[in-house]
Amino acid sequence: MNLETKACPVVAKHIKVALVGQPNVGKSMLINSVSNAHLHVGNFSGVTVDKTEVLFDYKGYHFTVVDLPGTYAFTDYTIEERVTHDYLCAEDYDIIINVIDSTNLEKNLQLTAELLTMSKKLVIALNMSDEAEKEGIEIDAEYMSELLNIPCVKVSAATKSGIDTLVDAVLTKHTTCKNDPKLIFSEAVEEEIETIVAYLQKHNYEATNSLRNIAINLLKNNKKTYEKLHDNPIWTELQPILIEASRHIELHHDTDDIKEAFAEEYASFNRGIVAEVVKVKEQENTQKTMTEKIDSVLIHPVFGIPIFLFMMWGLFQLTFTLGNIPMDWIDGFFSWFGSAVGATISNDDIRSLVVDGIISGVGAVVLFTPNIIILFIGIALLESTGYMSRVAFLLDGFFHKFGLHGQSFIPLVTGFGCTIPAYMSARILKNDRDRLLTLFILGFMSCGARLPVYVLFTGAFFSQQMAGNVLFGIYISGAIMGLIAAKVLKLTAFKGVEEPFVMEMPKYRLPSLKLIWHTVYSKTLMYLKKAGTFIAGAAMLVWFLSNYPHNSALDATYNAKIAHAQTTEAKTALENRLAEEQLGQSYLGRIGKFTEPLFRPLGFDWKMNVALQAGLAAKEVVVSTLGVLYAVGEADETNHSLKDAIREHIPFASAVAFIVVIMIYLPCLAATTVFTREAGGIKYTFYLFIFTSTVAYLMAFIAYRIALLVS
Amino acid sequence: MKTLLDCNKACRVKVLKLHSSYELKQRLISFGIMKDAELEVIEMAPRKSTIEVKVGKMRIALRAEEAKLIEVEKI
Repeated sequence: MNLETKACPVVAKHIKVALVGQPNVGKSMLINSVSNAHLHVGNFSGVTVDKTEVLFDYKGYHFTVVDLPGTYAFTDYTIEERVTHDYLCAEDYDIIINVIDSTNLEKNLQLTAELLTMSKKLVIALNMSDEAEKEGIEIDAEYMSELLNIPCVKVSAATKSGIDTLVDAVLTKHTTCKNDPKLIFSEAVEEEIETIVAYLQKHNYEATNSLRNIAINLLKNNKKTYEKLHDNPIWTELQPILIEASRHIELHHDTDDIKEAFAEEYASFNRGIVAEVVKVKEQENTQKTMTEKIDSVLIHPVFGIPIFLFMMWGLFQLTFTLGNIPMDWIDGFFSWFGSAVGATISNDDIRSLVVDGIISGVGAVVLFTPNIIILFIGIALLESTGYMSRVAFLLDGFFHKFGLHGQSFIPLVTGFGCTIPAYMSARILKNDRDRLLTLFILGFMSCGARLPVYVLFTGAFFSQQMAGNVLFGIYISGAIMGLIAAKVLKLTAFKGVEEPFVMEMPKYRLPSLKLIWHTVYSKTLMYLKKAGTFIAGAAMLVWFLSNYPHNSALDATYNAKIAHAQTTEAKTALENRLAEEQLGQSYLGRIGKFTEPLFRPLGFDWKMNVALQAGLAAKEVVVSTLGVLYAVGEADETNHSLKDAIREHIPFASAVAFIVVIMIYLPCLAATTVFTREAGGIKYTFYLFIFTSTVAYLMAFIAYRIALLVS
Repeated sequence: MKTLLDCNKACRVKVLKLHSSYELKQRLISFGIMKDAELEVIEMAPRKSTIEVKVGKMRIALRAEEAKLIEVEKI
C-alpha cells in the first residue's frame, strides 16, 4: 500500500514536470520562456526531437520539464500521440502542466478532461492569454480553478507574462496533497459511478487513487485499472456490474462505443465550464478573421496550386543556388584538410585510409549540410506558419489517386535535389503507413548526384540538342515510375484499411525565430552526428574493398614500364592501366566479375557491375569508377576521352539498361542510413533494397530488350 | 441519409451520427466532430476531393470518403 493517501510524504527537491497540450497551443514557446525567465537553460537534448527536456532551478528546486509532442486526445493515431500517451502512462513524473490555447478553450478542454481522470497532479496553463484578450475573450481563471479544483494560471509565452505565477502554482501544487479534480458527468453516468463506488466501499477496497477515480477508469475501459482489479477476489462480482453499467451508458448515448459516450460526456462538461468562465465581448463578428482572409487566397480553387508551386520553386532555387556557395568552401576545406593530415602520416596504407577513405567520405556528407539547413528553414517556416496543412488540402486529391498523401508532395519534390533531406522531410507525414510508402518511392525521384551519370551517358550517345530532351525524359519517367510504384505498393504491400485524412487547419501565425532556430539546429546536428558516424564506417569499407588485396607484383612490373616510358602520355596511359588492373583484382573488382553472369541479361560487363556497386556508396562514385575502369584516369562527366571510351566499349542497349538501374536502385549509402532511421528499422532497409533492386533489374531488362530491338 | 459530402460551401449543419469505423470515430471525436456538434463548410478543393469545415473555432480538413460517413442535418 502506498502511503501517499495516508499522509503527505516529504517532498523531494526535484520536480519532474510533463508538459502536455494539443498541437499548436504554443507549448514549445512556453518552455522557452519558462527556462529563459530563469536563465538556467539546461541541455536541449536533441537526441530524440520527439521529447525535449529543459532543466532549471527555481526557489531551491530542480525542475525538469519534459516537452511532450502535441496530441488532440489519448489515441495512438500518430507517432506524436503515441509518444505522449506512452510517456504519461508509463514514465515517472511528478506533475502535469496542461497547456491550453485560451482562444479555443472548449476544444482544448477535451484533452484536459482525459488528463483529469489520470489521477496525477495537474496545473492548467491558459496560454496565449494576450491573444485571447485581443479577440475579446475573457476567462475567469480563479473561478475556473474553483470549478475544476485545479489551479488555472493565465500565461502568455509570447509576452512572457504569468510565467512566474505558473511556476509558483506548480510548486504549491507539488508540495500539497493530491486532491481529486471535479469532473462531473451526466446523471446516467454518475449513477453508474455511484453503484461501483458503493460496491468497492462495501468490500473495503483500498487503493492509492480515490474510489471515484477507479470507477471512472473502469467504465472507460482503462487497461491498467482492469489489470489491477483483475487479480482481486471481488472481480468476479464486479464484472457483471461493470457490464451492466457500460450497457446503460451506451444505451443512454445511443452508441456501441463507450469511448464515444465518454467523449460526449466530456464535451458537455466542457461546454458547461466554458459557459461559466468565458465571456466573449461581442465584436464585429461579421468581419472575416485574418486566417479566413489569407485562406481565401492561398487555398483558392484556382490560384491555390500555382501559388504553392511558385513557393516551392523559390525554396528550391534558394536551396540549390544559395546552398552551393558554402558547398565550394566545404569542399575546399576537406581537400585542404585531407592533404594537411595526409602529410603527417608516413604509412601509405594508413594515409590512404584516413585521407581517401574517412576524410573524403565524411566530407561528402558534410558537403550537403548547407542545402539541408536551407531546406529545413524553409520547411520549418512552412510548417510553423500553418501553410503546410493547406498544401495537403490542395494536393491530396491528386496524390490520393496514387495511394499517397497530400503532404507527400514536399518530400517527393525535395527528392529531386537530394534524397537525404527528402527522407527527413517525410516526417511531416504523421501517419506511419503514409510515411513509409512515401519513403519507399522517394528514390525514384532522381537526385542531383545522379545528374553527372546521366550527363555522361546522354552526352556519349546523343547529339547536344537531343541530350537535353533525353535528360528531361529521364527525370520525368523516374517520377512517373515512382507514382506507379506507389500505386502498386499500395495495392500489395501497403494494402489494408484506407488511412483516413482528417486534420486540423491551424490558424496562421507569424513564425518564431527562436523556435525555427531550435528545430533547424537540432535536426542538422542529428544529421551530422548520425549520418556522419555511419558514413565514416561505410567509407572505410568501400575504400578497403576497392584497395585490397593490393598486388605489389603488379605495381613493380608497371612501375618498371612507367620508368622506361618515353612520353608523359605513355606514362599516364600506363598509370591508368595499373589502376585498372589493381581495381580489377581488388575485392570490389572480384565481386564485379563474380556477379557478371547475374547482370549478363542486362548487357553489363564486369566494369559496369563494379561501377554500379560502387554507386551504392554514392552516385558521384559511378563516374569516377568508370573513369578508372576504362583507364582514362581521373574523370568527370565533361571528359571527352571518357565519353569516347564509353561510346566505344558500351553498346547502346547496355547503356540504356545501365541508366535505368541508376534511376531506380538505392540512392546512396548516406541516404540509405537516413532511410533506416526514418523508417524505424533495419528490416525496412532490407525491404527497400529488395524492392528497388528487383524493380531496377526488371525495368532494366525490359529497357535492354526494347533498345536491342530499336537499334 | 444526408451526409456532410452533400453540403455546399457556407452550409451550416448539425451532426446526427458518425457511421465510421472505430478508429476514425476516435479521430473525428478528438477534433470535436461528434453527435450534436455544429459544422460549417468553409472551402472545397476542386471536385470536392477535400472539404474544409469549421467546428467551433477549429478548422478541419477531411476527404470526401470521410465526409460521406458523417450524417448531418441542416440548421
